[in-house]
Amino acid sequence: MHEMSLAEGIVQIVETTARANDAGTVRAVWLELGVLSHVEHDALRFSFDVVKRGTVADGARLEIRTTPGRAWCMPCGDSVDLARLGDPCPRCGSHQLQVTQGEEMRVKEVEIA
Amino acid sequence: MCTTCGCGNGETKIEGEAHGHEHRHADGTAHSHDHDHDHDHDHDHGHDHTHDHDHDGRGHDHGPDHVHGPGCGHDHVHHDGHAHAPGLPPSRMVQIEQDILAKNNQHARFNREFLAERGIFAVNLVSSPGSGKTTLLTESIKRLLPSLPITVIEGDQQTTNDAERIRATGAPALQINTGKGCHLDASMVERALERLQPPEESVLFIENVGNLVCPAAFDLGEAHKVVVLSVTEGEDKPLKYPDMFKAATLMLLNKVDLLPYLTYDVAKCIEYARRVNPGIEVLQVSATKGDGMDTWLAWVRLHAVTARHARAQPKVVAE
Repeated sequence: MHEMSLAEGIVQIVETTARANDAGTVRAVWLELGVLSHVEHDALRFSFDVVKRGTVADGARLEIRTTPGRAWCMPCGDSVDLARLGDPCPRCGSHQLQVTQGEEMRVKEVEIA
Repeated sequence: MCTTCGCGNGETKIEGEAHGHEHRHADGTAHSHDHDHDHDHDHDHGHDHTHDHDHDGRGHDHGPDHVHGPGCGHDHVHHDGHAHAPGLPPSRMVQIEQDILAKNNQHARFNREFLAERGIFAVNLVSSPGSGKTTLLTESIKRLLPSLPITVIEGDQQTTNDAERIRATGAPALQINTGKGCHLDASMVERALERLQPPEESVLFIENVGNLVCPAAFDLGEAHKVVVLSVTEGEDKPLKYPDMFKAATLMLLNKVDLLPYLTYDVAKCIEYARRVNPGIEVLQVSATKGDGMDTWLAWVRLHAVTARHARAQPKVVAE
């Protein structure tokens, strides 16, 4: 379950941000996760709850914003929606797709006090 | 696993040696485990927003143009109805926009530069357990070693069995045991490179933990991920585990000598792999019987030569 490693990465980023801003506590952590990214949300929430214990993020809630998947379809010569890897172009049915959006895994904002 | 913070990295061992770093929690307790090379990234931007609020009971509304700068410190009620409980310090939002894998990617960049400076071609071999990765590797090394120096980093949760199998071929190998960890990360490989000191203009094989999910997300600094899939597994594995097949440059379809005894549709498997990764190269091999091994080893030699030449090129200096 690599979500544990991802949660560690999140808590490290949050700890660094809290230190740099002299924050006593962290109330919330806002993530941006693309639908095509390598992450299972429930596993990440579980891991975050384990990893945050005893850190400045102990009481923080995790807020996840999901970004949609987009790809460049070569036959269409246009940008199209892509809900899942392996799915065809919704217009022409081709698999000649280059993912352009939806693989993001970012910490966007931290609510501190 | 570290029982204080749940971190799985505490059990990582390189050939039996744990690498400890002190890790201090916010409550002041400190314990040792692997949190190395911290690079702080600490620019913050104030988060300006407009809203209505109440000053000490004297309520008034600000117009939409009223903006609080960063560090604005008084209690207020947000538009979404979320109100701070009395007595709680006010909170503020810090925008950071940082990739969750930023730290791993930093180590991966370091490894990539380390390898490029020395003209070393690095392959990250990934697959499910039992695909025949280690046998493929020992057979490849036996054929390459007379003409090409090779080193190997082996990743497994436990045991040094695979590194011992590799060392029996004559190639230096280092075992990383990830403990409860399900994948190698770039900092583990960085430490292994320090210990292993691969020779210049050589080939480095990194055999990842047998797992078709987690290693896909972690760049180790390799030139290519090569996914090994055996024909005794389902032909729809590329669709079931698309992240890995998308991350790989080359798929080695292994154990093809068993095809006469199986109902395995090779064409379908390749089609599925190209659905998730239209550019993936595919080679059919049998590590034990030798089918396709020459083509696969030609692929390795070609890339090894390319890495050697890239090193010889003078660096372009920006004016």
